Amino acid sequence: MDHNYQNLKTAIDTAWILIMGLLVFFMNSGFAMLETGFCRTKNAVSMLSKNLIVFFISTFAFWFLGFTLMFSGDCIIPDLKNLFLSGVKSAYFPLGNFGIPLQAIFFFQIVFAGTTATIVSGAVAERIKFTSFLIFTFFFSCFIYPVVGHWVIGKGFLYQMGVRDFAGSLMVHTVGGMAALAGVIILGPRVGKYNKDFSPNAILGHSIPMITLGGFILWLGWFGFNLGCTFGFSSELNSHIALCTNASAIMGGLGALFLSYVFLKKPDLSMVINGLLGGLVASTASCAYVSLVSANIIGFIAGCLVVISILIMDSVFHIDDPVGAISVHGIGGIWGAIALGLFSAPVQFNYPNISYPKPGLFFSGSTDQLVLQLIGVGCVISWTLIISAVVWLILKYTIGIRVSHKAEVDGLDIAEHGMEAYPGFSGGGEGVI
Amino acid sequence: MIIAIIRPNRLPAVKDALNEGGFSGITVMAVKGRGSQKGIVERYRGSEYKIDLLDKVEIKVVIDDEDLDKVIKIISDAARTSELGDGKIFVLNVEQAIRIRTSETGVAALEKK
Repeated sequence: MDHNYQNLKTAIDTAWILIMGLLVFFMNSGFAMLETGFCRTKNAVSMLSKNLIVFFISTFAFWFLGFTLMFSGDCIIPDLKNLFLSGVKSAYFPLGNFGIPLQAIFFFQIVFAGTTATIVSGAVAERIKFTSFLIFTFFFSCFIYPVVGHWVIGKGFLYQMGVRDFAGSLMVHTVGGMAALAGVIILGPRVGKYNKDFSPNAILGHSIPMITLGGFILWLGWFGFNLGCTFGFSSELNSHIALCTNASAIMGGLGALFLSYVFLKKPDLSMVINGLLGGLVASTASCAYVSLVSANIIGFIAGCLVVISILIMDSVFHIDDPVGAISVHGIGGIWGAIALGLFSAPVQFNYPNISYPKPGLFFSGSTDQLVLQLIGVGCVISWTLIISAVVWLILKYTIGIRVSHKAEVDGLDIAEHGMEAYPGFSGGGEGVI
Repeated sequence: MIIAIIRPNRLPAVKDALNEGGFSGITVMAVKGRGSQKGIVERYRGSEYKIDLLDKVEIKVVIDDEDLDKVIKIISDAARTSELGDGKIFVLNVEQAIRIRTSETGVAALEKK
């Protein structure tokens, strides 16, 4: 009887994580639509190619080395016989505790790695050299991301200290955002984005419908993102996570809508979508650990922060981020990690697969968890910015990371891919740079 | 030839009015332009940008000299909204007109009831 129950539970848990993984996989199409909508017609093929091929590269790199690095315990050099997923489950510390097969866990981690890697493509869009971007992605998925993953969920030093990040605000979104930030600073802004006096020019995205579709698909995929991190199925906990995820999304959108009216006088739909995504990013750290009310508040603040960040980055720091990736994923992720230290509630659903943080500042009066989260944020930002900058700089001074001026003006589709996204429609029109 | 630059949303009215008047031949292009109508200011993610050239429609109609005033009146009445930006009409001389199917020339090449 107990044996049959265990088989059934393992079957449900495995099915659950695989299906949630499929939703996360589908986020790649969401990113593709979102980012392509934000760029100009002359760069659409380039944007789509990056989003598609980055998943190929990150999957291979993660299979080759990334997964082993992430789950190999505290050794600096992982056991080479565990590369390419050739070890047994218990070789990948600490996954031996999970009842589900290694392949299911690996599948879910693959799609997570793919999501992290694709964050970068939006920020460096419209001027990055394709081959350099693919090479960066390879190192990112082999090394930069898995090391952070090890620290945060691979029972590395941050985890052992008590830092918690349920579904990856720190591990996925902050890492992606910071890698993007390093790239964008070293790459420079698009031609025509800033005038001599650094005032910004609007470079219009070519398809608001694509941006919106992308936003919806990412929202759907995010349910997989958060719900799969239980590595099994719990009726109560997973239901709670679903509600918290959705709450952060809608409140993120409302927060961005509110500030869009305040600062811009009219609701900018692209900002609202960035806000909803920022709410989702912030929810990933703590959706299993907070109350539904807290999830609403976390999402609303995330939406507001995203709008403020986009405006400040453009007009104060002159950092050209065509899709707002650094604001949504970087700032949203940092806020999500910090919010855990504020809003983490006393344990509600005691689910064995996950490990709970201490109650946050608003529920215990103690700043212990908050301080831990801040340490985690500091470590992840430092590591990611520095190592990413090193890789970007090496690429810049060897093969170069930026296309030529002519290629940028003609459009990457023609210059790098030799094809047009919209054959026969010239993209010109007034105000198109 | 009459070249008329009109508001895009007046095109159906102008086409119908010309057709009823017996002038069914017409060539239409989507163009951008400006006269004394000021542009509009739009916003994208916090940055303002000016749309200086506005969408208009350009109509070309080739007619017999004797119909000139009639056609000008038809187009003007159908296209006018009395707001800035209603457009302009220009009159050009045409050297020759040929119907490709039948090789007719001159006024016989034009569409007319």
